[in-house]
Amino acid sequence: MTETDIDVPLPPAILVEGLTKTYASGFSALSGIDLSIRPGEIFALLGPNGAGKTTLISIICGIVTASTGRVTANGFDIAAQYRAARRQIGLVPQELTVGAFETVWNTVTFSRGLFGRTPDAAYIEQLLRDLSLWDKRDSKIVTLSGGMKRRVMIAKALSHQPSILFLDEPTAGVDVELRREMWEMVRRLRERGVTILLTTHYIEEAEEMADRIGVINRGQIVLVEEKTALMRKLGKTQLVLDVAPPCTELPSALDTWALERSEDGTTLTYTYDAQGADTGIADLIRAIGAAGFAIRGLQTRQSSLEDIFVSLVRSAS
Amino acid sequence: MNTQAVRAIYRFEMSRTARTILQSIVSPVISTALYFVVFGTAMGSHMGRTGGVSYGAFIVPGLVMMSLLTQSISNASLGIYMPKFMGTIYEVLSAPVSPFEIVCGYVGAAASKAMILGIIILGTARLFVPFEILHPVWMIAFLMLTTLTFSLFGFIIGIWADSFEKLSIVPSLIVTPLTFLGGSFYSINLLPPLWRKITLFNPIVYLINGFRWSFYDAADIAVGTSLALTLVFMAICLGVISWIFKTGYRLKR
Repeated sequence: MTETDIDVPLPPAILVEGLTKTYASGFSALSGIDLSIRPGEIFALLGPNGAGKTTLISIICGIVTASTGRVTANGFDIAAQYRAARRQIGLVPQELTVGAFETVWNTVTFSRGLFGRTPDAAYIEQLLRDLSLWDKRDSKIVTLSGGMKRRVMIAKALSHQPSILFLDEPTAGVDVELRREMWEMVRRLRERGVTILLTTHYIEEAEEMADRIGVINRGQIVLVEEKTALMRKLGKTQLVLDVAPPCTELPSALDTWALERSEDGTTLTYTYDAQGADTGIADLIRAIGAAGFAIRGLQTRQSSLEDIFVSLVRSAS
Repeated sequence: MNTQAVRAIYRFEMSRTARTILQSIVSPVISTALYFVVFGTAMGSHMGRTGGVSYGAFIVPGLVMMSLLTQSISNASLGIYMPKFMGTIYEVLSAPVSPFEIVCGYVGAAASKAMILGIIILGTARLFVPFEILHPVWMIAFLMLTTLTFSLFGFIIGIWADSFEKLSIVPSLIVTPLTFLGGSFYSINLLPPLWRKITLFNPIVYLINGFRWSFYDAADIAVGTSLALTLVFMAICLGVISWIFKTGYRLKR
Protein backbone atom coordinates (compact mmCIF):
# COMPACT_ATOMS: atom_id res chain seq x y z
CA MET A 1 0.00 0.00 0.00
CA THR A 2 1.44 3.33 -1.00
CA GLU A 3 0.94 6.51 0.90
CA THR A 4 -1.58 7.85 -1.57
CA ASP A 5 -3.80 4.83 -1.08
CA ILE A 6 -4.52 5.74 2.50
CA ASP A 7 -7.77 7.59 2.64
CA VAL A 8 -6.99 10.43 4.99
CA PRO A 9 -10.07 12.49 5.71
CA LEU A 10 -9.49 16.15 4.86
CA PRO A 11 -9.60 18.51 7.81
CA PRO A 12 -12.48 20.97 7.74
CA ALA A 13 -11.69 24.02 5.61
CA ILE A 14 -12.62 26.13 8.59
CA LEU A 15 -13.12 24.86 12.11
CA VAL A 16 -14.32 27.23 14.80
CA GLU A 17 -14.52 26.06 18.39
CA GLY A 18 -15.93 27.95 21.35
CA LEU A 19 -15.22 31.33 19.81
CA THR A 20 -16.21 34.41 21.78
CA LYS A 21 -15.54 38.08 21.27
CA THR A 22 -16.25 40.79 23.79
CA TYR A 23 -15.19 44.26 22.70
CA ALA A 24 -13.47 46.68 25.07
CA SER A 25 -16.80 48.50 25.40
CA GLY A 26 -18.23 45.36 27.00
CA PHE A 27 -20.33 44.53 23.94
CA SER A 28 -20.39 40.82 23.35
CA ALA A 29 -20.33 40.31 19.57
CA LEU A 30 -19.89 36.54 19.57
CA SER A 31 -20.86 34.18 22.33
CA GLY A 32 -19.65 30.64 21.88
CA ILE A 33 -19.50 29.98 18.14
CA ASP A 34 -18.88 26.42 16.94
CA LEU A 35 -18.78 25.96 13.19
CA SER A 36 -17.24 23.55 10.75
CA ILE A 37 -17.03 24.33 7.05
CA ARG A 38 -16.32 21.46 4.68
CA PRO A 39 -13.70 21.64 1.98
CA GLY A 40 -15.17 22.61 -1.36
CA GLU A 41 -18.58 23.73 -0.21
CA ILE A 42 -20.35 27.04 -0.51
CA PHE A 43 -21.47 28.00 2.95
CA ALA A 44 -23.81 30.93 3.41
CA LEU A 45 -23.89 32.65 6.74
CA LEU A 46 -27.15 34.48 7.14
CA GLY A 47 -27.98 36.94 9.81
CA PRO A 48 -29.52 40.33 10.44
CA ASN A 49 -27.32 43.41 10.73
CA GLY A 50 -25.17 43.33 13.85
CA ALA A 51 -25.55 39.57 14.29
CA GLY A 52 -21.78 39.02 14.31
CA LYS A 53 -21.13 37.90 10.72
CA THR A 54 -18.35 40.36 10.01
CA THR A 55 -16.78 39.92 13.45
CA LEU A 56 -16.61 36.18 12.90
CA ILE A 57 -14.96 36.58 9.49
CA SER A 58 -12.60 39.23 10.79
CA ILE A 59 -11.41 36.95 13.58
CA ILE A 60 -10.79 34.06 11.22
CA CYS A 61 -8.77 36.37 8.94
CA GLY A 62 -6.70 37.88 11.75
CA ILE A 63 -8.14 41.41 11.65
CA VAL A 64 -9.89 41.16 15.00
CA THR A 65 -8.50 39.30 18.00
CA ALA A 66 -10.75 36.68 19.57
CA SER A 67 -11.48 36.77 23.30
CA THR A 68 -11.51 33.00 23.67
CA GLY A 69 -11.78 29.98 21.41
CA ARG A 70 -9.86 28.36 18.61
CA VAL A 71 -9.98 28.54 14.83
CA THR A 72 -8.19 26.47 12.20
CA ALA A 73 -8.02 26.93 8.42
CA ASN A 74 -7.30 23.69 6.53
CA GLY A 75 -5.99 22.36 9.84
CA PHE A 76 -3.67 25.31 10.58
CA ASP A 77 -4.28 27.21 13.80
CA ILE A 78 -4.89 30.88 13.03
CA ALA A 79 -2.82 32.00 16.02
CA ALA A 80 -0.01 29.49 16.37
CA GLN A 81 0.40 28.85 12.62
CA TYR A 82 -0.84 32.20 11.37
CA ARG A 83 1.33 32.26 8.28
CA ALA A 84 0.15 28.92 6.96
CA ALA A 85 -3.45 29.62 8.01
CA ARG A 86 -3.63 33.02 6.35
CA ARG A 87 -2.14 31.74 3.10
CA GLN A 88 -5.22 29.51 2.77
CA ILE A 89 -7.66 32.39 2.88
CA GLY A 90 -8.65 35.21 0.56
CA LEU A 91 -10.91 37.91 1.96
CA VAL A 92 -13.26 40.25 0.17
CA PRO A 93 -14.49 42.63 2.83
CA GLN A 94 -17.84 44.32 2.84
CA GLU A 95 -16.65 47.90 2.49
CA LEU A 96 -15.21 49.12 -0.81
CA THR A 97 -11.72 49.63 0.59
CA VAL A 98 -9.40 49.36 -2.32
CA GLY A 99 -7.05 52.34 -2.39
CA ALA A 100 -7.30 55.03 -5.01
CA PHE A 101 -4.22 56.04 -6.92
CA GLU A 102 -2.63 52.73 -7.78
CA THR A 103 -3.44 50.94 -11.01
CA VAL A 104 -5.48 47.76 -11.02
CA TRP A 105 -2.47 45.72 -12.08
CA ASN A 106 -0.24 47.14 -9.36
CA THR A 107 -2.72 46.69 -6.56
CA VAL A 108 -3.40 43.06 -7.48
CA THR A 109 0.32 42.35 -7.82
CA PHE A 110 0.88 44.00 -4.44
CA SER A 111 -1.67 41.68 -2.83
CA ARG A 112 0.01 38.62 -4.27
CA GLY A 113 3.37 39.72 -2.91
CA LEU A 114 1.90 40.52 0.47
CA PHE A 115 0.75 36.93 0.76
CA GLY A 116 4.26 35.74 0.04
CA ARG A 117 3.72 34.43 -3.49
CA THR A 118 6.33 34.96 -6.17
CA PRO A 119 5.16 37.16 -9.07
CA ASP A 120 3.16 35.35 -11.74
CA ALA A 121 2.10 37.68 -14.52
CA ALA A 122 0.29 34.94 -16.43
CA TYR A 123 -1.90 34.07 -13.46
CA ILE A 124 -2.73 37.71 -12.74
CA GLU A 125 -3.59 38.24 -16.39
CA GLN A 126 -5.96 35.28 -16.37
CA LEU A 127 -7.51 36.49 -13.12
CA LEU A 128 -8.12 39.97 -14.53
CA ARG A 129 -9.55 38.51 -17.72
CA ASP A 130 -11.90 36.27 -15.73
CA LEU A 131 -13.17 39.26 -13.82
CA SER A 132 -13.49 41.45 -16.95
CA LEU A 133 -10.79 43.75 -15.58
CA TRP A 134 -8.14 43.17 -18.21
CA ASP A 135 -9.02 46.32 -20.16
CA LYS A 136 -8.79 48.32 -16.96
CA ARG A 137 -5.43 46.95 -15.83
CA ASP A 138 -3.66 50.28 -16.25
CA SER A 139 -6.50 52.41 -14.89
CA LYS A 140 -6.23 54.03 -11.51
CA ILE A 141 -8.70 52.57 -9.06
CA VAL A 142 -10.21 55.97 -8.34
CA THR A 143 -11.50 56.14 -11.93
CA LEU A 144 -13.44 52.88 -11.68
CA SER A 145 -17.14 52.43 -10.98
CA GLY A 146 -18.32 50.81 -7.74
CA GLY A 147 -18.95 47.50 -9.45
CA MET A 148 -15.48 47.51 -10.99
CA LYS A 149 -13.91 48.31 -7.62
CA ARG A 150 -15.73 45.33 -6.16
CA ARG A 151 -14.18 43.17 -8.86
CA VAL A 152 -10.75 44.58 -8.07
CA MET A 153 -11.25 43.54 -4.46
CA ILE A 154 -12.14 40.04 -5.57
CA ALA A 155 -9.06 39.96 -7.81
CA LYS A 156 -6.91 41.03 -4.85
CA ALA A 157 -8.43 38.33 -2.66
CA LEU A 158 -7.76 35.67 -5.31
CA SER A 159 -4.31 36.97 -6.26
CA HIS A 160 -2.51 34.51 -4.00
CA GLN A 161 -4.56 31.51 -5.12
CA PRO A 162 -6.28 30.79 -1.82
CA SER A 163 -8.23 27.59 -1.28
CA ILE A 164 -10.79 29.34 0.92
CA LEU A 165 -12.55 32.52 -0.12
CA PHE A 166 -14.53 34.76 2.21
CA LEU A 167 -17.08 37.03 0.64
CA ASP A 168 -18.52 39.44 3.17
CA GLU A 169 -21.81 40.77 1.77
CA PRO A 170 -20.48 40.45 -1.78
CA THR A 171 -23.51 41.83 -3.53
CA ALA A 172 -24.54 44.62 -1.18
CA GLY A 173 -25.25 47.64 -3.36
CA VAL A 174 -24.38 45.78 -6.55
CA ASP A 175 -26.61 45.91 -9.62
CA VAL A 176 -28.48 42.86 -10.85
CA GLU A 177 -26.13 42.15 -13.72
CA LEU A 178 -23.00 42.20 -11.61
CA ARG A 179 -24.74 40.11 -8.99
CA ARG A 180 -25.47 37.43 -11.59
CA GLU A 181 -21.88 37.60 -12.80
CA MET A 182 -20.61 37.26 -9.29
CA TRP A 183 -22.75 34.21 -8.62
CA GLU A 184 -21.40 32.75 -11.83
CA MET A 185 -17.85 33.42 -10.69
CA VAL A 186 -18.50 31.83 -7.29
CA ARG A 187 -19.75 28.71 -9.02
CA ARG A 188 -16.67 28.54 -11.24
CA LEU A 189 -14.44 28.86 -8.19
CA ARG A 190 -16.28 26.08 -6.45
CA GLU A 191 -15.75 23.87 -9.49
CA ARG A 192 -12.04 24.46 -9.04
CA GLY A 193 -12.34 23.23 -5.47
CA VAL A 194 -12.31 26.57 -3.66
CA THR A 195 -14.26 26.59 -0.42
CA ILE A 196 -16.49 29.63 -0.16
CA LEU A 197 -17.94 31.28 2.88
CA LEU A 198 -20.30 34.09 2.07
CA THR A 199 -22.24 36.26 4.41
CA THR A 200 -25.33 37.93 3.20
CA HIS A 201 -28.61 39.26 4.27
CA TYR A 202 -30.08 38.69 0.84
CA ILE A 203 -31.81 35.41 1.39
CA GLU A 204 -32.21 34.81 -2.34
CA GLU A 205 -28.44 34.83 -2.61
CA ALA A 206 -28.09 32.01 -0.11
CA GLU A 207 -30.98 30.19 -1.74
CA GLU A 208 -29.38 30.51 -5.14
CA MET A 209 -25.80 29.66 -4.21
CA ALA A 210 -25.27 27.82 -0.99
CA ASP A 211 -24.79 24.13 -0.30
CA ARG A 212 -25.26 24.70 3.39
CA ILE A 213 -26.71 27.53 5.35
CA GLY A 214 -25.88 28.78 8.80
CA VAL A 215 -27.98 31.33 10.59
CA ILE A 216 -26.31 33.62 13.08
CA ASN A 217 -28.23 35.88 15.42
CA ARG A 218 -27.01 37.90 18.37
CA GLY A 219 -23.57 36.32 18.24
CA GLN A 220 -24.80 32.76 18.23
CA ILE A 221 -25.20 30.18 15.51
CA VAL A 222 -28.91 29.39 15.57
CA LEU A 223 -28.83 26.72 12.92
CA VAL A 224 -26.63 24.97 10.37
CA GLU A 225 -28.31 22.84 7.75
CA GLU A 226 -28.04 21.59 4.18
CA LYS A 227 -29.97 24.06 2.11
CA THR A 228 -32.21 21.47 0.49
CA ALA A 229 -32.90 19.77 3.81
CA LEU A 230 -33.66 23.10 5.37
CA MET A 231 -36.05 24.03 2.63
CA ARG A 232 -37.72 20.64 2.91
CA LYS A 233 -37.89 20.62 6.66
CA LEU A 234 -39.08 24.12 7.16
CA GLY A 235 -40.40 25.04 3.74
CA LYS A 236 -44.12 24.55 3.23
CA THR A 237 -46.22 24.42 0.11
CA GLN A 238 -49.77 25.65 0.23
CA LEU A 239 -52.66 25.19 -2.17
CA VAL A 240 -55.21 27.98 -2.03
CA LEU A 241 -58.60 27.21 -3.52
CA ASP A 242 -61.34 29.73 -4.29
CA VAL A 243 -64.69 28.01 -3.81
CA ALA A 244 -68.33 28.84 -4.49
CA PRO A 245 -70.68 29.02 -2.82
CA PRO A 246 -68.80 30.30 0.24
CA CYS A 247 -68.12 27.52 2.67
CA THR A 248 -69.68 28.50 6.00
CA GLU A 249 -68.60 25.37 7.80
CA LEU A 250 -66.10 22.71 6.75
CA PRO A 251 -67.89 19.45 5.96
CA SER A 252 -66.52 16.48 7.95
CA ALA A 253 -65.70 14.72 4.66
CA LEU A 254 -62.80 17.18 4.26
CA ASP A 255 -61.31 16.60 7.75
CA THR A 256 -58.43 14.48 6.40
CA TRP A 257 -56.80 17.52 4.75
CA ALA A 258 -56.92 19.84 7.80
CA LEU A 259 -57.99 22.79 5.66
CA GLU A 260 -57.94 26.39 6.76
CA ARG A 261 -61.04 28.35 5.90
CA SER A 262 -60.96 32.09 5.29
CA GLU A 263 -63.35 34.20 7.34
CA ASP A 264 -65.77 34.80 4.50
CA GLY A 265 -65.53 31.16 3.46
CA THR A 266 -64.50 31.88 -0.13
CA THR A 267 -61.00 30.35 0.12
CA LEU A 268 -59.73 27.09 1.54
CA THR A 269 -56.01 26.59 2.16
CA TYR A 270 -54.32 23.20 2.15
CA THR A 271 -50.76 22.90 3.48
CA TYR A 272 -48.80 19.87 2.29
CA ASP A 273 -45.36 18.43 1.79
CA ALA A 274 -44.45 18.98 -1.83
CA GLN A 275 -41.67 16.37 -1.65
CA GLY A 276 -44.07 13.63 -0.43
CA ALA A 277 -45.04 10.72 -2.71
CA ASP A 278 -48.74 11.50 -2.48
CA THR A 279 -49.67 15.10 -1.96
CA GLY A 280 -53.37 14.26 -1.68
CA ILE A 281 -54.33 17.09 -4.00
CA ALA A 282 -56.27 15.02 -6.49
CA ASP A 283 -58.35 13.41 -3.72
CA LEU A 284 -58.96 16.82 -2.13
CA ILE A 285 -60.27 18.34 -5.33
CA ARG A 286 -62.59 15.39 -5.88
CA ALA A 287 -63.83 15.57 -2.28
CA ILE A 288 -64.53 19.30 -2.55
CA GLY A 289 -66.59 18.67 -5.70
CA ALA A 290 -68.45 15.84 -3.95
CA ALA A 291 -69.24 18.17 -1.04
CA GLY A 292 -71.07 20.48 -3.44
CA PHE A 293 -68.54 23.25 -4.01
CA ALA A 294 -67.28 24.51 -7.33
CA ILE A 295 -63.58 25.42 -7.59
CA ARG A 296 -63.33 28.84 -9.23
CA GLY A 297 -59.62 29.30 -8.98
CA LEU A 298 -56.49 27.88 -7.42
CA GLN A 299 -52.90 28.87 -6.71
CA THR A 300 -49.92 27.34 -4.93
CA ARG A 301 -47.54 29.15 -2.63
CA GLN A 302 -44.12 28.01 -1.48
CA SER A 303 -42.51 29.40 1.62
CA SER A 304 -39.13 30.86 0.74
CA LEU A 305 -35.91 30.76 2.68
CA GLU A 306 -36.84 34.27 3.68
CA ASP A 307 -39.92 33.08 5.55
CA ILE A 308 -37.85 30.40 7.23
CA PHE A 309 -35.16 32.86 8.18
CA VAL A 310 -37.56 35.43 9.56
CA SER A 311 -39.32 32.84 11.67
CA LEU A 312 -35.99 31.49 12.97
CA VAL A 313 -34.62 34.87 13.93
CA ARG A 314 -37.89 35.88 15.46
CA SER A 315 -38.22 32.73 17.56
CA ALA A 316 -34.61 33.11 18.71
CA SER A 317 -35.23 36.62 19.94
CA MET B 1 10.63 35.45 6.54
CA ASN B 2 8.09 36.62 3.98
CA THR B 3 10.50 38.60 1.82
CA GLN B 4 7.95 38.88 -0.98
CA ALA B 5 5.69 40.83 1.37
CA VAL B 6 8.48 43.16 2.52
CA ARG B 7 9.33 43.78 -1.11
CA ALA B 8 5.66 44.38 -2.00
CA ILE B 9 5.16 46.93 0.78
CA TYR B 10 8.48 48.62 0.04
CA ARG B 11 7.74 48.88 -3.67
CA PHE B 12 4.21 50.10 -3.01
CA GLU B 13 5.51 52.87 -0.75
CA MET B 14 8.28 53.88 -3.12
CA SER B 15 5.85 54.11 -6.02
CA ARG B 16 3.72 56.40 -3.88
CA THR B 17 6.70 58.75 -3.76
CA ALA B 18 7.22 58.51 -7.50
CA ARG B 19 3.56 59.42 -8.02
CA THR B 20 3.86 62.46 -5.79
CA ILE B 21 7.35 63.52 -6.75
CA LEU B 22 6.57 67.23 -6.62
CA GLN B 23 5.33 67.03 -3.08
CA SER B 24 7.74 64.46 -1.73
CA ILE B 25 11.02 65.47 -3.40
CA VAL B 26 10.84 68.77 -5.24
CA SER B 27 9.08 70.83 -2.60
CA PRO B 28 11.35 69.96 0.37
CA VAL B 29 14.41 70.48 -1.82
CA ILE B 30 13.22 73.93 -2.86
CA SER B 31 12.30 75.02 0.64
CA THR B 32 15.68 73.92 1.99
CA ALA B 33 17.43 75.62 -0.89
CA LEU B 34 15.68 78.84 0.11
CA TYR B 35 17.25 78.57 3.57
CA PHE B 36 20.67 78.28 1.97
CA VAL B 37 20.04 81.29 -0.23
CA VAL B 38 18.70 83.48 2.57
CA PHE B 39 20.80 82.40 5.55
CA GLY B 40 23.83 80.95 3.87
CA THR B 41 24.50 83.27 0.96
CA ALA B 42 22.63 86.51 1.62
CA MET B 43 22.89 86.90 5.41
CA GLY B 44 25.81 84.55 5.98
CA SER B 45 28.21 86.88 4.21
CA HIS B 46 27.60 89.46 6.94
CA MET B 47 28.12 87.00 9.78
CA GLY B 48 31.37 85.85 11.32
CA ARG B 49 32.69 82.33 11.45
CA THR B 50 30.63 79.99 13.58
CA GLY B 51 31.99 76.79 15.08
CA GLY B 52 35.20 77.20 13.09
CA VAL B 53 33.54 77.42 9.63
CA SER B 54 31.68 80.05 7.61
CA TYR B 55 28.09 80.57 8.74
CA GLY B 56 26.74 79.25 5.43
CA ALA B 57 28.68 76.02 5.84
CA PHE B 58 27.78 75.83 9.54
CA ILE B 59 24.05 75.60 8.90
CA VAL B 60 24.29 72.90 6.21
CA PRO B 61 24.27 69.87 8.55
CA GLY B 62 21.46 71.35 10.66
CA LEU B 63 19.29 72.07 7.64
CA VAL B 64 19.87 68.65 6.14
CA MET B 65 19.06 67.13 9.52
CA MET B 66 15.87 69.18 9.71
CA SER B 67 14.57 67.84 6.43
CA LEU B 68 15.70 64.32 7.32
CA LEU B 69 13.66 64.47 10.51
CA THR B 70 10.51 65.98 9.04
CA GLN B 71 10.62 63.80 5.94
CA SER B 72 11.27 60.57 7.84
CA ILE B 73 8.38 61.30 10.15
CA SER B 74 5.94 62.40 7.49
CA ASN B 75 6.80 59.57 5.08
CA ALA B 76 6.47 56.87 7.69
CA SER B 77 3.43 58.27 9.46
CA LEU B 78 1.52 58.84 6.23
CA GLY B 79 2.58 55.43 4.92
CA ILE B 80 0.82 53.57 7.71
CA TYR B 81 -1.91 56.15 8.38
CA MET B 82 -3.30 56.12 4.83
CA PRO B 83 -4.16 52.40 4.79
CA LYS B 84 -5.80 52.86 8.18
CA PHE B 85 -7.72 55.87 6.92
CA MET B 86 -8.78 54.23 3.64
CA GLY B 87 -9.50 50.87 5.27
CA THR B 88 -7.00 48.98 3.12
CA ILE B 89 -5.07 48.01 6.26
CA TYR B 90 -7.34 44.92 6.43
CA GLU B 91 -5.19 43.37 3.75
CA VAL B 92 -1.94 43.80 5.64
CA LEU B 93 -3.53 42.52 8.86
CA SER B 94 -4.95 39.45 7.12
CA ALA B 95 -1.74 38.64 5.26
CA PRO B 96 0.85 36.11 6.44
CA VAL B 97 3.28 38.81 7.52
CA SER B 98 4.94 39.31 10.89
CA PRO B 99 5.10 42.71 12.59
CA PHE B 100 8.82 42.77 11.85
CA GLU B 101 8.15 42.38 8.12
CA ILE B 102 5.50 45.10 8.17
CA VAL B 103 7.92 47.47 9.88
CA CYS B 104 10.72 46.55 7.46
CA GLY B 105 8.49 47.39 4.51
CA TYR B 106 6.98 50.64 5.72
CA VAL B 107 9.85 52.02 7.77
CA GLY B 108 12.46 50.82 5.29
CA ALA B 109 10.72 52.68 2.47
CA ALA B 110 10.23 55.83 4.54
CA ALA B 111 13.88 55.85 5.61
CA SER B 112 15.08 55.22 2.04
CA LYS B 113 13.04 58.12 0.75
CA ALA B 114 14.32 60.46 3.45
CA MET B 115 17.88 59.34 2.76
CA ILE B 116 17.58 59.96 -0.96
CA LEU B 117 16.12 63.37 -0.19
CA GLY B 118 18.91 64.16 2.28
CA ILE B 119 21.53 63.39 -0.33
CA ILE B 120 19.75 65.51 -2.95
CA ILE B 121 19.60 68.40 -0.47
CA LEU B 122 23.28 68.04 0.33
CA GLY B 123 24.02 68.23 -3.37
CA THR B 124 21.81 71.29 -3.72
CA ALA B 125 23.51 72.97 -0.76
CA ARG B 126 26.86 72.51 -2.45
CA LEU B 127 25.62 74.78 -5.24
CA PHE B 128 25.15 77.66 -2.81
CA VAL B 129 27.78 77.23 -0.12
CA PRO B 130 31.18 75.53 -0.19
CA PHE B 131 31.67 72.90 2.52
CA GLU B 132 33.56 69.69 3.02
CA ILE B 133 32.82 66.41 4.74
CA LEU B 134 35.75 65.26 6.88
CA HIS B 135 34.20 61.96 8.02
CA PRO B 136 32.04 60.78 5.09
CA VAL B 137 31.52 57.29 6.52
CA TRP B 138 30.26 58.71 9.80
CA MET B 139 28.18 61.21 7.89
CA ILE B 140 26.41 58.36 6.06
CA ALA B 141 26.12 56.42 9.33
CA PHE B 142 24.42 59.37 11.07
CA LEU B 143 22.22 59.90 8.03
CA MET B 144 21.05 56.29 8.07
CA LEU B 145 20.66 56.12 11.81
CA THR B 146 18.61 59.30 11.93
CA THR B 147 16.31 58.45 9.05
CA LEU B 148 15.73 54.97 10.43
CA THR B 149 15.06 56.17 13.97
CA PHE B 150 12.72 58.93 12.94
CA SER B 151 10.93 56.72 10.44
CA LEU B 152 10.25 54.36 13.34
CA PHE B 153 9.02 57.35 15.31
CA GLY B 154 6.82 58.42 12.37
CA PHE B 155 5.41 54.90 12.12
CA ILE B 156 4.33 55.15 15.77
CA ILE B 157 2.70 58.53 15.11
CA GLY B 158 0.89 57.11 12.06
CA ILE B 159 -0.54 54.28 14.15
CA TRP B 160 -1.42 56.55 17.05
CA ALA B 161 -3.10 59.23 14.90
CA ASP B 162 -6.78 58.84 14.21
CA SER B 163 -7.13 62.10 12.32
CA PHE B 164 -5.07 64.15 9.90
CA GLU B 165 -4.76 66.79 12.59
CA LYS B 166 -3.06 64.42 15.00
CA LEU B 167 -0.85 63.27 12.17
CA SER B 168 0.65 66.72 11.77
CA ILE B 169 0.57 67.78 15.40
CA VAL B 170 3.77 66.04 16.51
CA PRO B 171 5.94 67.15 13.57
CA SER B 172 4.71 70.75 13.60
CA LEU B 173 4.38 71.36 17.34
CA ILE B 174 7.28 69.31 18.66
CA VAL B 175 9.82 68.26 16.05
CA THR B 176 10.13 71.49 14.05
CA PRO B 177 10.48 73.78 17.13
CA LEU B 178 12.98 71.40 18.70
CA THR B 179 14.99 71.38 15.49
CA PHE B 180 15.05 75.18 15.30
CA LEU B 181 16.05 75.36 18.95
CA GLY B 182 18.45 72.44 18.63
CA GLY B 183 21.33 74.37 17.14
CA SER B 184 20.50 74.18 13.43
CA PHE B 185 21.30 77.88 13.04
CA TYR B 186 23.65 78.53 15.94
CA SER B 187 26.25 76.87 18.09
CA ILE B 188 24.75 76.09 21.50
CA ASN B 189 28.00 77.31 23.05
CA LEU B 190 26.86 80.83 22.12
CA LEU B 191 23.89 80.54 24.52
CA PRO B 192 23.89 81.88 28.10
CA PRO B 193 24.75 79.05 30.57
CA LEU B 194 21.14 78.54 31.76
CA TRP B 195 19.73 78.25 28.23
CA ARG B 196 22.56 75.99 27.26
CA LYS B 197 21.59 73.63 30.11
CA ILE B 198 17.95 73.68 29.08
CA THR B 199 18.91 73.04 25.47
CA LEU B 200 20.72 69.87 26.50
CA PHE B 201 17.32 68.33 27.28
CA ASN B 202 16.43 68.68 23.61
CA PRO B 203 17.29 65.32 21.98
CA ILE B 204 17.66 66.87 18.55
CA VAL B 205 20.68 68.85 19.75
CA TYR B 206 22.59 65.56 19.89
CA LEU B 207 21.57 64.52 16.39
CA ILE B 208 22.60 67.82 14.83
CA ASN B 209 25.76 67.89 16.89
CA GLY B 210 26.86 64.44 15.77
CA PHE B 211 25.99 65.11 12.18
CA ARG B 212 27.86 68.40 12.16
CA TRP B 213 30.89 66.71 13.69
CA SER B 214 31.00 64.31 10.74
CA PHE B 215 31.30 67.33 8.46
CA TYR B 216 33.74 69.62 10.26
CA ASP B 217 35.25 67.49 13.04
CA ALA B 218 34.06 70.11 15.55
CA ALA B 219 31.31 69.50 18.08
CA ASP B 220 29.63 71.25 21.01
CA ILE B 221 29.08 67.94 22.77
CA ALA B 222 31.05 64.69 22.64
CA VAL B 223 30.12 62.67 19.54
CA GLY B 224 29.91 59.44 21.54
CA THR B 225 27.09 60.99 23.58
CA SER B 226 25.28 61.94 20.38
CA LEU B 227 25.56 58.43 19.01
CA ALA B 228 24.52 56.76 22.27
CA LEU B 229 21.45 58.95 22.72
CA THR B 230 20.32 58.38 19.13
CA LEU B 231 20.60 54.65 19.70
CA VAL B 232 18.63 54.94 22.93
CA PHE B 233 15.85 56.81 21.12
CA MET B 234 15.83 54.14 18.45
CA ALA B 235 15.57 51.41 21.08
CA ILE B 236 12.62 53.22 22.68
CA CYS B 237 10.84 53.44 19.31
CA LEU B 238 11.43 49.74 18.68
CA GLY B 239 10.06 48.96 22.12
CA VAL B 240 6.91 50.98 21.50
CA ILE B 241 6.37 49.34 18.12
CA SER B 242 6.69 45.85 19.53
CA TRP B 243 4.17 46.81 22.22
CA ILE B 244 1.81 48.11 19.48
CA PHE B 245 1.88 44.80 17.66
CA LYS B 246 1.62 42.76 20.84
CA THR B 247 -1.49 44.58 21.99
CA GLY B 248 -2.91 45.41 18.56
CA TYR B 249 -3.16 49.04 19.69
CA ARG B 250 -5.12 51.08 17.11
CA LEU B 251 -4.61 48.28 14.61
CA LYS B 252 -6.81 45.46 15.81
CA ARG B 253 -9.99 45.56 17.77
